Amino acid sequence: MANSSTRRSRPVRTLVIFAVLTVLVPFAGLITGTFVDGRSTENPSGASMTPGLALDLEGGTQIILTPTTTDGSQVTSNTIAEAINVIRQRIDANGVSEAEISSQGGKNIVVGIPGKPSQATIDLVSQAAQMRFRAVLTYAAGTPTPTDTGSPSPAATGTAPTDGASPSVSPAGKSAGVGAVTVPAAASPSPSPSPSPTSTGGTAAASNPSDLAQITPEIQAKFDALDCTNPDNLKGGGGDDPTKPLVACSQDGSAKYILGPVEVEGTHIASASSGLIPLPGGGTSNEWGVSLTLDSVGAKEFAATSQRLYNFGQGNPQNQFAIVLDGLVVEAPSINNVISDGRAQISGNFTQQSAATLANQLSFGALPIQFDVQSQEQVSATLGSQQLERGLLAGIIGLILVVIYSLFQYRTLGLLTVASLVVAGSITYVAIALLSWGMGYRLSLAGVAGLIVAIGFTADSFIVYFERIRDELRNGRTLHFAVQRGWQRARRTIYAAKAVNLISAIILYYLAVGGVQGFAFTLGLTTVIDVMVVVWFTHPIMELLTRVPFFRDGHLASGLNRARLTLSAAKPRYVGAGRVAGPETIAEEAAAEVNAEVEGATPATEPALATASVTSSPLPAPATDESGRRLTIAERRAAERKAAAATDENEEGR
Amino acid sequence: MAGFSFAAWGNDLYTGRRSYPIISKRRRWFGVFALLAVASIAVLGVRGLSLSIDFRGGTEITLANTSTTDQQPAIAAVQAVVPGEQPLVASVGSNGVRIQTNTLTEAQVAEVGQKLADAYHVNPANDMTVSSVGPTWGSSVSVRALWGVIVFVLAAAAFMAIYFRAWRMSLAAIISMLTDLLISAGVYAAVGWEVSPSTIIGFLTILGFSLYDKMVVFDKVRENADGVLDQTRTTYAERANLAVNQTLVRSINTSVVALLPVGGILFVGALLLGAGTLRDLSLSLFVGIFVGAASSLFLATPLDVTLREGEPRIKAHTAKVLAARAGSLDGDDVADSLAAVQLTPGQHLGQGAQPRRKR
Repeated sequence: MANSSTRRSRPVRTLVIFAVLTVLVPFAGLITGTFVDGRSTENPSGASMTPGLALDLEGGTQIILTPTTTDGSQVTSNTIAEAINVIRQRIDANGVSEAEISSQGGKNIVVGIPGKPSQATIDLVSQAAQMRFRAVLTYAAGTPTPTDTGSPSPAATGTAPTDGASPSVSPAGKSAGVGAVTVPAAASPSPSPSPSPTSTGGTAAASNPSDLAQITPEIQAKFDALDCTNPDNLKGGGGDDPTKPLVACSQDGSAKYILGPVEVEGTHIASASSGLIPLPGGGTSNEWGVSLTLDSVGAKEFAATSQRLYNFGQGNPQNQFAIVLDGLVVEAPSINNVISDGRAQISGNFTQQSAATLANQLSFGALPIQFDVQSQEQVSATLGSQQLERGLLAGIIGLILVVIYSLFQYRTLGLLTVASLVVAGSITYVAIALLSWGMGYRLSLAGVAGLIVAIGFTADSFIVYFERIRDELRNGRTLHFAVQRGWQRARRTIYAAKAVNLISAIILYYLAVGGVQGFAFTLGLTTVIDVMVVVWFTHPIMELLTRVPFFRDGHLASGLNRARLTLSAAKPRYVGAGRVAGPETIAEEAAAEVNAEVEGATPATEPALATASVTSSPLPAPATDESGRRLTIAERRAAERKAAAATDENEEGR
Repeated sequence: MAGFSFAAWGNDLYTGRRSYPIISKRRRWFGVFALLAVASIAVLGVRGLSLSIDFRGGTEITLANTSTTDQQPAIAAVQAVVPGEQPLVASVGSNGVRIQTNTLTEAQVAEVGQKLADAYHVNPANDMTVSSVGPTWGSSVSVRALWGVIVFVLAAAAFMAIYFRAWRMSLAAIISMLTDLLISAGVYAAVGWEVSPSTIIGFLTILGFSLYDKMVVFDKVRENADGVLDQTRTTYAERANLAVNQTLVRSINTSVVALLPVGGILFVGALLLGAGTLRDLSLSLFVGIFVGAASSLFLATPLDVTLREGEPRIKAHTAKVLAARAGSLDGDDVADSLAAVQLTPGQHLGQGAQPRRKR
């Protein structure tokens, strides 16, 4: 405080810096953003001059899911993050754009889908994810088989490496006991997909899960007909029978597989991580891969599987096993070694990202999760826009009433309230537009309500400030010192009170869910903006106003008229019989004393009270004389009476 | 403004020329708030809060741009599909209808939706909103909100106790804040609107606003009472009373300014939008802000004085002041004794310190 009173305040500089930093720069950023990264249907997260709207205003479907584990283990934030990945994958595969999936309160997953999605999409979202390992019986390119017989190397893209750069040279040796599996070049020209169905007798005859006898004509026909380039076949979805063979597409649709029965359930995966593959002699290669660890049951099962698959030898389709997530083949690595200890390395043409994705998917497979639908809400676009319109109407009505009231209360000074509100409003608008660009923030109806309520909170800062200035004027100060002192005292109150507001907003944001969160966010945002505006806009402007004669001399319409503020107290009352009663009462004297004491508590260097303006105005006596000494009560009363008499004469003269 | 100037009134309050004995009449105010609180508990106990679909679980279908807001077609449509179901039908704005039922299956919803669309002549693709809520959703939200409130109250209490360096002040603020909440809930129950998640948001904001307002008033009390122990002319209670009087104008202005936008939402929400987020939110806010601002002056500060007069230092000081005043009453009159000595180091005592001539 001492610091600020000795530092010379430079209102114009503060204003300019404030305007540049909080208004011009963000605005410029936003406008640049709309050109560089404009929002469109393809780029829903881009910048736009209109803030993004939440589903309750824009219309759409919102589904709230709670993941629960089937084995009673804890749902962690990691679980949620992985579950969100899976849901996103499902929705993207389904061709729904602009879906928003987010976690809420660390416990729920909120899926927002614009428009009106089909029931199938909704079911898809809430399905449990199932990861399973199956042996590959055979595979082909992802198009219906008859057409691809002659085609060279059909669309093989995505995670499966396209060039057959013989990745079978496994960097991991047997010595470490670390098994290694390699992702082979997928779908090189059709590896003899039809191992002549010798066993016509149906499914039963299989001697082991890799037995090609499982491929019945029925399955073969299904396989031949399967078109993995059709997005309908890439939706995935669980429900495949773990004991039966499965015909499935790869996730990117580039290949299709006939798979044996489930060998290892995904729940047996203990952990999966991606990284550079370690070399047998220590150190790491520069090749990305995924290491996978199975639990003891899974290790035993996988040891048997890998032994069997290994025996098929490199290059045979049956050498591969498929990692199946939601009925789609994520990856089908071939087995280079017998993996007996449940620790496998998956190598191949991974990039850092694709390795991480696979590791994520594998870890998710380890989570026995299912989703409970908590609520499902469809908002029609017309209803949403209607709510927004009316909400804004309410805000505008409220704002106009606030303007009228503050003009009534504070006269011209009320315009400063209005200007501050406008500044706060535009900063809030830019902040929300920027946040919806940068962070994907969406304005919901509860958020709009928070903004409207914030009008009141924000205006209160100005009221506290103005009332303190008036208090100082009542003490007989000139406007300049009234503003200085009033600010020092108002500032402390404003900071303390806004701190409480901010605490409530932050706590509610982190602890609450749903609409409460959106509300808390706007409340916290406006609180911060409010403090910024009052410190860097309202106060500097007020300091500038003290130099304007209209305000400095307390024009009647300025709201700072010292006559109106002090006259009534100083004005003697005629009590009859030729006697005039002074304003003294016990309470008043006590008040005067406390006020004086409070003033004394904030020692400000107050040089001879701007004598020019005091002497030029016939208005009430200052509480100090020219030398800065505080007047005695008697002196002050005398001065007050004199001043009152002077004003009376003035009024009569008019 | 004829005959009454707000600024002049505020001025009188500031200088103490006009002073409302709020603190000394505090028993009366305690009585008023106790009465309101008991009435609220009674209303809550007798009528209870009617919980919205978010807490009960069920299916809600909202139609916009309907040709009529009659309830009968909706009831008929629902009962044609689900016999025995008693839907709650409310009109939303001038051309909307909201139908709430127990949880329906997808097929039932589709069927009911079709029938409703026919009955009200709306386009099911654009004008119909369907939401179904599991029975646990609302309660899990409110449990989270309750935790938020508990943590928030503790944090705010700690903040105020540290800021004012007086835990009694913080306790007074928290007690009156909770009273505000109780009274707001009572009024809400009396009006009989449904408690939806937006009502919960409203109540949470009341907590925030109420504490905010108490913070501003208490800051003035703190400012006035800063040196109270260093002198023997006024008691803590008198200084607090002065603070309340001095912040009266601010409190009125602030609550009017805060109430105007909320009143705007309430007006728009209740008249134009009908049941929904905005209406539920604004009612709880409107009542809460009003009660919160009033209780800062008439409950929190008196309560603070009552509590702090139990503080040994302040108790001793009050006794000393009153004794000094009683003693001086014997010889001199009160006004003189009050005008007597104001000791400021380095300053002369002025004429006030001199014996006075009787008029």
